[in-house]
Amino acid sequence: MTAMFSIKDLVEEEYTLPGNASCPGCAAALSLRIALKVLGPKTILVVPASCISVIQGYYPKTPCRVPVLNVAFASTAAAGSGMVAALDLKGKSDVKVLCWAGDGGTADIGLQALSGAAERNENMIYVCYDNEAYMNTGTQRSGSTPRAAATTTTVTGKPERKKSVPEIMVAHRMPYVATACAAFPLDFAGKLRRAASMPLRGLKYIHLLSPCPPGWRFPAEKTIEVGRLAVMTGFWILYEWVDGRYNLTGPSKGLLDKSKRRPLRDYLSIQGRFGHLTEKDIESLEEEVEEQWKDFARKMSMT
Amino acid sequence: MMQALSKPSEGASGLTGMWRIKRPLLDPEKCNACMLCWLYCPEGTIARRRGGKPSIVYEYCKGCGICSEVCPSKAIRMLRRERGAPDR
Amino acid sequence: MLLTGNHAVAYGVRDAAAEVIAAYPITPQTQIVEKLAEFVEKGQMRARYVRVESEHSAMAACIAAEACGARSFTATSSQGLLYMSEVVFWAGLGRFPVTMAVVTRTLAPPWSIWNEHTDILSQRDAGWVIMMCENAQEAYDTAIQAFRIAEDERLLQPVMYGLDAFTISHTAEEVDLLEKGDVEGYLPPLDPKKLRVYMDPESPGTFGNLVGPDMMMEMRHSIKEAFERAREVIKGAVKEYERISGRRQAGLIEEYKCRDAEVVIVTMGASSGDAKDAVDALRERGVRAGLVRLRVIRPLPREEILEAVKGAKVVATVDRDYSFGYGGILGGELAGFVKNTMCRFVAGLGGRDLTPEDFQGIALKALDVAEKGEEREEFWWGLKR
Repeated sequence: MTAMFSIKDLVEEEYTLPGNASCPGCAAALSLRIALKVLGPKTILVVPASCISVIQGYYPKTPCRVPVLNVAFASTAAAGSGMVAALDLKGKSDVKVLCWAGDGGTADIGLQALSGAAERNENMIYVCYDNEAYMNTGTQRSGSTPRAAATTTTVTGKPERKKSVPEIMVAHRMPYVATACAAFPLDFAGKLRRAASMPLRGLKYIHLLSPCPPGWRFPAEKTIEVGRLAVMTGFWILYEWVDGRYNLTGPSKGLLDKSKRRPLRDYLSIQGRFGHLTEKDIESLEEEVEEQWKDFARKMSMT
Repeated sequence: MMQALSKPSEGASGLTGMWRIKRPLLDPEKCNACMLCWLYCPEGTIARRRGGKPSIVYEYCKGCGICSEVCPSKAIRMLRRERGAPDR
Repeated sequence: MLLTGNHAVAYGVRDAAAEVIAAYPITPQTQIVEKLAEFVEKGQMRARYVRVESEHSAMAACIAAEACGARSFTATSSQGLLYMSEVVFWAGLGRFPVTMAVVTRTLAPPWSIWNEHTDILSQRDAGWVIMMCENAQEAYDTAIQAFRIAEDERLLQPVMYGLDAFTISHTAEEVDLLEKGDVEGYLPPLDPKKLRVYMDPESPGTFGNLVGPDMMMEMRHSIKEAFERAREVIKGAVKEYERISGRRQAGLIEEYKCRDAEVVIVTMGASSGDAKDAVDALRERGVRAGLVRLRVIRPLPREEILEAVKGAKVVATVDRDYSFGYGGILGGELAGFVKNTMCRFVAGLGGRDLTPEDFQGIALKALDVAEKGEEREEFWWGLKR
């Protein structure tokens, strides 16, 4: 199990400086800030087209106090691989490579490169911050958008289900796969620390749910509440997959029992993207959540 | 020759405090220095003051209000800024 | 040593001590990256080999490796080059001194594996130095020179070099290799501090974040200026290579019997050898023919070409490539500055044979056109009607 990470374990030092271009209440900016506190200055960040490429602001300034390589949309994990090769050859084992891509750059256009890097088991950390649509271009649906969510390209709600990239990653049998949520930064920090300190070389993948105020249509101050509800309602499950085993983490640990979960409508009702749902739609999503947990319980018992 | 790399700087996108509609106001009396506001601030605009209590860096605070929401002792209020009034 | 063009490139890359190779197979390039895999696995090269899942990833990995101070190489061809194209531009516009061998091959559809130059020329606006090899020996030489040119502090741009499918890639020739010590002197290890983009945690910076309209023109202009210096960089690299190898090297262009020529054929790549045979045969028949072979396509060697063709009655360009709605690409480019009468030929597309007899015919046709003052956009040589 991941050792508990406490607020005192987070360094004071900021590696993303204030005055960046993120929207107010941005969970992706928050998570990147936390991640760099955990990984420290000897980290190189690889970023494809994404909100993070905009958050960096304009040349010749940058908020990032670690080296950052902006790369073509589809190429995050491939660029990370080239970096790992170079650092390995040069004997720079103390420098970590952190790929940091959105759900479009991970689940869609970047999936081929990610799968290649996972299959080669490249020694790096890959975080997908999943805000469940193409937010940088103004909220178009992605493969990671959940069913029924309204986006600008699914105005009546997305008909298809969300693709599970963490499960695709598990199928590659690399050392570490985890999910996280921006509203639980210490759980995320603990997972990053674990990924970074594993003696086993290879790809460590963390899929981070990242609530997005303008894209999900909720007020900026509700980012943390929305993220917490995603987990407490069981809509988003926090887990790790390591040594061939699944473990629930954080608040998800107690949620196998359906009665312990908050009603799903608490999560749906505070987001504009689900505002159009009928009672029947909500029931069907509730069934989906239940099915997801049954599936998870089965996987846990099998491993 | 032009430099290739951007260099780390505060305010890479300007004084983002200008974006603010509401202003967080911290009541030090109520604050129990749990630092959750510091933890959850997306921008990193809450600093730890001497004595362990947080203080808000208004130049860059975008006024999202997360700090106020996560504060367990309700020590941060969000004030609507008056038009044209000085911010601090 | 008897080597195919593909293996000559691999030996060149080995001798140049490339540190990261990221590659994906494609006919007729595959032997380059197979040979390199063998060198790395057998410990004959101190390098890391990233067996990527696509050409797009190959170039992305090379760029990132270069940004961490490692000398990087890849090879591709045709469809692979087009698939890679987004990242080819990333390397050029980002000024990463990667080098790449391109075995030139016809673009599909329909499928074809034979030679054509449209693939490499499609990347001519990408901010890369582009060179073309004439034979296996030059492929070996260029593989080494390319790193020196790319990494030159006055330039710091990537270099790609083409070798014709099969005629060079799969044809074995006697190739002279350099001594290890000679290469080390010619091509010292890459000093990361000299790179424009170096990911250094001790001195962190961000590469590639937004640039507004207030700065972008200046950034592009700095690449333009680098390309103005590229001519000197290439000439210097070639001259020094002549010294260490003891072999004559073509510079930006190779002139063959141009001095008194009334007709100058302009070519690039492998068929230039056949064109030289044609020049010799024509001269035996009393026709004063000459040849300009473009070894460098970017930067376009305007001055050298003008100097070489200045006395000619007619200049005959031979394109094994085509831009629809425009014409043969080299012919079109030369028409922009060559003042002589020009006769533009498109020939050998899709790997169709181009023999010395064809080149003789091309030269005679060009002379005939010049004498009659017949104006025509272009001739598709050997087209079946």
